[in-house]
Amino acid sequence: MTMMSEARAGTADLRAHATTATAPGAPASQRRRPPPRRSWNWNDPGVRTFTYQLALAAVLAFVGWYLYDNVATNLRRQNIATGFSFLGEAAKFNISETPVSFTAADSYGRALLIGLLNTIHVSLVGIVCATLVGVVMGIARASRNLLVSKLAGCYVEFARNVPVILHVVLWSSIIRNLPAPRQALDVLGIGFISNRGLTLPVLVPDPAHGAMGLGFLVGAVAAVILYKLIKRHGERTGRYVAPLPPALALVVAATFLPWLLSGAPVAFDMPKLRGFGFSGGMTVPPEFFALVVGLTVYTGAFIAEIVRAGIESVPKGQSEAARALGLKPSSIMSRIVLPQALRVIIPPMSSQFLSLTKNSSLGVIIGYPELVNIGNTIMNQTGQVVEMVTIMMIIYLGLSLTTSISMNLYNNAVALKER
Amino acid sequence: MADAQILPAPGRRQPRVSRTAAWWLKDRIFSSPFHVALSIVVLVGAAFIGQFLLRWGLLDAVFVASDPAACQAAKGACWAVVYEKHRTILFGLYPHSEHWRPTLAVCLYLVSLTITLMPRFWNLRGLALLWACTVTAIGVLMYGGLFGLPEVATSEWGGLALTMIMFTGTVVMGFPVAVLLALGRRSTLTLVRSVCVTIIETLRGVPLITILFVAVNVLPLFLPAGSSVDKLLRVTIGIAIFFACYQAETIRGGLQAVPRGQYEAAQALGLGYWQMTRVIILPQALKIAFPAIVNHIIAALKNTSFVMIIGLFDILNATTSVMQDPVWRKYYVEAYVFVGLVYFVFGFALSLYARAMEAQMKKGHH
Repeated sequence: MTMMSEARAGTADLRAHATTATAPGAPASQRRRPPPRRSWNWNDPGVRTFTYQLALAAVLAFVGWYLYDNVATNLRRQNIATGFSFLGEAAKFNISETPVSFTAADSYGRALLIGLLNTIHVSLVGIVCATLVGVVMGIARASRNLLVSKLAGCYVEFARNVPVILHVVLWSSIIRNLPAPRQALDVLGIGFISNRGLTLPVLVPDPAHGAMGLGFLVGAVAAVILYKLIKRHGERTGRYVAPLPPALALVVAATFLPWLLSGAPVAFDMPKLRGFGFSGGMTVPPEFFALVVGLTVYTGAFIAEIVRAGIESVPKGQSEAARALGLKPSSIMSRIVLPQALRVIIPPMSSQFLSLTKNSSLGVIIGYPELVNIGNTIMNQTGQVVEMVTIMMIIYLGLSLTTSISMNLYNNAVALKER
Repeated sequence: MADAQILPAPGRRQPRVSRTAAWWLKDRIFSSPFHVALSIVVLVGAAFIGQFLLRWGLLDAVFVASDPAACQAAKGACWAVVYEKHRTILFGLYPHSEHWRPTLAVCLYLVSLTITLMPRFWNLRGLALLWACTVTAIGVLMYGGLFGLPEVATSEWGGLALTMIMFTGTVVMGFPVAVLLALGRRSTLTLVRSVCVTIIETLRGVPLITILFVAVNVLPLFLPAGSSVDKLLRVTIGIAIFFACYQAETIRGGLQAVPRGQYEAAQALGLGYWQMTRVIILPQALKIAFPAIVNHIIAALKNTSFVMIIGLFDILNATTSVMQDPVWRKYYVEAYVFVGLVYFVFGFALSLYARAMEAQMKKGHH
């Protein structure tokens, strides 16, 4: 296959070379295709590129065949069956955190699915937290206030010059060495943090909450329409009314109206100490907590630098001109500086999100059951090394591709619209 | 030809602004009521954290104690765990009586590194020779078997020395590969370009851990039956290729920034592809990409810590293994902070160096 496409590329080159040999100034009627040259002249660049690529193709084919042959021989000697049929076998191990049900009798394939879901879960939470930390720290770093910017600078330098694995291991050790639930530390009077993780109160579900969700959806759709209507009205009549406040008000009203109508039910399930653990509330497991905190602290530092560079990339004249036009400071930030900074911020930001997703594989050292952790277990149990590594790589490539495609879509939306 | 020399008009210097302490205070700290409030909050917070760190890390800390009982009495940090376990943290499982060898190797490495960082020694052939010698010398020192040095298997290497060796190996092996990949990606040969793009984009899309799994578990299957390659070497090659794929993209950025006229002028002078690349293009491209290149070199240093997952005892894993000792287990924060500081010192020094070099290069262009 490679040889074929390669040969085609080679002849295309030869042809291209031949056509350029005709005098460009000659009238069309006199321009005749020259007879194909048969001489293989080494000074002809077309001949050279063809030969080089042919040689490379031959080397690649040989190396590929050699490696394949070695793998086949080795696998036969070690009596390892190839193929993906093992994915249907029973997994025979338990997983501590399962977004969908899983028992030891379920298949390896289902175990991998859980690993993938956990990877996505921890990555999404990590991306949100790291972006929050990074944006706050980046704005602090770009601040005119010397104290604020130096303090943020300390955080950035310390966090990003230390390996991410050290962050994760350190946070994991800290959480594992916290006191047991009986002596748990209080978090702002509402939750507890102990060696079992972070325990927080949760809302007791109420039918009104479903109605609220519905109200939110309806309100959001109505708000978008309202926003556009107000904006169009402003453009048509020249009387500008800020479209955002009424639209937001509509969303809030639509969300909370059903709640107020049903008597404003709000009840929290507070965690209580019972026996050696907690009952009630929800618990963020220690491994998940450590992984998210470690990834957030590390990636947040990189995002902070990206945000700072983005803000500083907007020329000072822009905000000065905006001020001269009489814009409010908040409008200067939201209408002049931020839209221009975003163009610089988005592309490197997406590569940070990608690296956070890939670093979530560090769950394997602290025992969080994400993709690599489960893949590693399966690899050790079945010995299907080649297949498992291939599966893991393909899944991560897919995740990377999805992230970069969605970030590219967003980037196209904020990119400079040129004529 | 007598060219009329065009001289710049005698420039007027920027008016001097007096940057007194009062100016700093007024303009950068207390510029508005909001900033006054913010500064006070930050100052109080920083003072609180600062005095805690000072008392914990320095004033109330125990630095030397062979007995953890001394640490239990103290309120501050127990740096004694680092002192007590420094041999493991620095050298891992390397035989105790031979510790002078990794020490010498690390010193040798630091000398070569210092020489490499100085622009006056930037000479491709010289540096290649220097690193070939350094790597050989470190290899002989660490592995032994020559000059009456007892042999030490790579499975016994560890600690800071191992981290340094993997880092050196990664950069020394990975950098040339990165240059080739970057050139290949910009090649006019379709096949070369597509092979390079596939390698770069695939490896950049997967976590380093999966590449280490390949190096440890899969690579032996690809070798002819009966032959084997040292695990440390396989792992270092894996990290090096990973490093090369990222570095190739920064070098490609540099290559793209070299003006087209430079290529055309080189071709007009009759230089061949390799001559043009080596003499005209690469020096400029590497100079443009310099800050990004150093960033990825720092990343390579941090990435060596991933070998913890596949059971090599680099400085981080050696420290984690120290924490298995029930007597000292409590003082894990101190041990990890120490390891973090080691990485920080190297990484921060390299990034300061990159910043200084960047400023100097900018100055040179005027």
